[in-house]
Amino acid sequence: MNFFKTIYHSAVLENPTFVLLLGMCPTLGTTSSAINGMSMGLATTGVLICSNAAISGIKNLVPDKVRIPVYIVVIATFVTLLQMLLQAYAPALNDSLGIFIPLIVVNCILLGRAEAFASRHNVASSVADGIGSGLGFTVARTLLGACRELLGSGSIASLSIYPESWGALLFILAPGAFIMLGFLIAIYRYLQAKSTKKHSA
Amino acid sequence: MAGVLTITTMIAGFLLGYVYRSTAEARDKASSDKLVGAISQVVSGFDNDPVSSKTTVTAGSSQITIYPATHDGRLIGCAAESSSDNGFSGKITIVAGFDPDGNILGYEVTSHAETPGLGAKMNDWFRGTGSRSVIGRNPSSRPLKVSKDGGEVDGITAATISSRAFLEALNIASEGAMTYFRQSTENK
Amino acid sequence: MLEYLAIIITAIFVNNIVFAQFLGICPFLGVSSRLTNATGMGIAVTVVMVISTLVTSLLQNYVLVPLQMEYMQTILFILVIAALVQMLEIIMKKVSPALYVALGVFLPLITTNCAVLGVAIMVTQKGMSLTQSVVYAFATAIGFLMALVIFAGIREQLELADVPRPMRGVPIALITAGILAMAFMGFAGIG
Repeated sequence: MNFFKTIYHSAVLENPTFVLLLGMCPTLGTTSSAINGMSMGLATTGVLICSNAAISGIKNLVPDKVRIPVYIVVIATFVTLLQMLLQAYAPALNDSLGIFIPLIVVNCILLGRAEAFASRHNVASSVADGIGSGLGFTVARTLLGACRELLGSGSIASLSIYPESWGALLFILAPGAFIMLGFLIAIYRYLQAKSTKKHSA
Repeated sequence: MAGVLTITTMIAGFLLGYVYRSTAEARDKASSDKLVGAISQVVSGFDNDPVSSKTTVTAGSSQITIYPATHDGRLIGCAAESSSDNGFSGKITIVAGFDPDGNILGYEVTSHAETPGLGAKMNDWFRGTGSRSVIGRNPSSRPLKVSKDGGEVDGITAATISSRAFLEALNIASEGAMTYFRQSTENK
Repeated sequence: MLEYLAIIITAIFVNNIVFAQFLGICPFLGVSSRLTNATGMGIAVTVVMVISTLVTSLLQNYVLVPLQMEYMQTILFILVIAALVQMLEIIMKKVSPALYVALGVFLPLITTNCAVLGVAIMVTQKGMSLTQSVVYAFATAIGFLMALVIFAGIREQLELADVPRPMRGVPIALITAGILAMAFMGFAGIG
């Protein structure tokens, strides 16, 4: 598989948010605005690329039985590094993402990709997979954040589109996260079903 | 087998320890920058370093941190950091600035967990126009209350609990600031 | 006593781990299609969450803080949780095979349940005492169990409903969860 094909495959066909339904907690919890959703997506992508590369690099050194704990340690190390860097150089971002930064460790996407992809492929493809999956959920989270922000407060990325008082506050609050994500997944499925029909016809 | 895990964890530990120490300065600076930023938002015209000359005073049952602001050695006001546990979703921490008469110069909400779009508006709401604003009011003569409770400040629409908690923190800050002003004139 | 009551009410209803804090969503969506599975998962999470919070709080207070190694928190906590889940699995298999058949299948899934690590980290961030932490962990787990059981009950009924094709399964489940979250918002401001 070449580099770009892997990216496309991981980002679109196996989109972590819309198809695999992984990493739902931060997807719901940090998307009250487009910027927040995107930052969380990028932060997770950074960790995913690093951990994929590292795990793919050490895969032959690790005995099968302690595989999972070692992967967890590798992922947790990169997450803690990210957390320290954010605290030092982007404290405002760190505050707004809060508990979801350390919780990247238990994001099923990371361990899932480590186990399903990085432990079986070379470093370059594992990085490609990291970029692809990362792109997949970053776009998904940004989209979800943008929709919630637009419907809830009438703006996208803090740019006002219509007066705030017309917005339905519900979409910024917890229930709006669930409802909006439900509709986005349904739309994704509808579009995908349509395009496969076109291809086979 | 367990050796591999131990070695991995040790490498991770050393790496993190190293980065932890090398970013320690930047992290401390980031948190003090936030505080200094908030203080210069709420009081202005000082030429000292309020953070290094901070003291604590007791107001009612709580300890209030006071950051004195002086100009040419003369006390021109102070910033007081206080909090209320009665927010809609827990604790609200604010920094508020007072002139020596106890008038509110400004405020900054430094941490809260209020509902986005409702209680979270407090950082802008109470600077607004008319009876929303708390700037220039003096809680030391009469504690501030929302209009729903018979007071003079218009609370945030649909977020009375957050508004009440915010004003509570502000009143405590005022009490702390007045205690500090009294103490500093007595010591002279 | 009143203080603990406040912690319990807040953790179960006001700040429900699923509906208000968005943690533990994966098992919430994954094992909520059958009521029996939901109950099993909920009980298994309760056991793991209480024990792991107890162990991690002790480690935080008596190892990490005295050694000034708080930066190892994430690594240490997740390893403790993973080890604990493994141990529970082995013990359960030996002591009560019947219980293992009922709950065992859920155990490996709990390691990556972010609610467990989330609670362990949150109690240290909130500076809770040991007893408060354990009470909080227990109440949060009960909140999770309750959310899971209510949701599974609804999903079993939902299967009989005629839902448009792209909405079937997870999308309609998420929208249902949104409506439940709205109901839970009614508790906000209490406690």
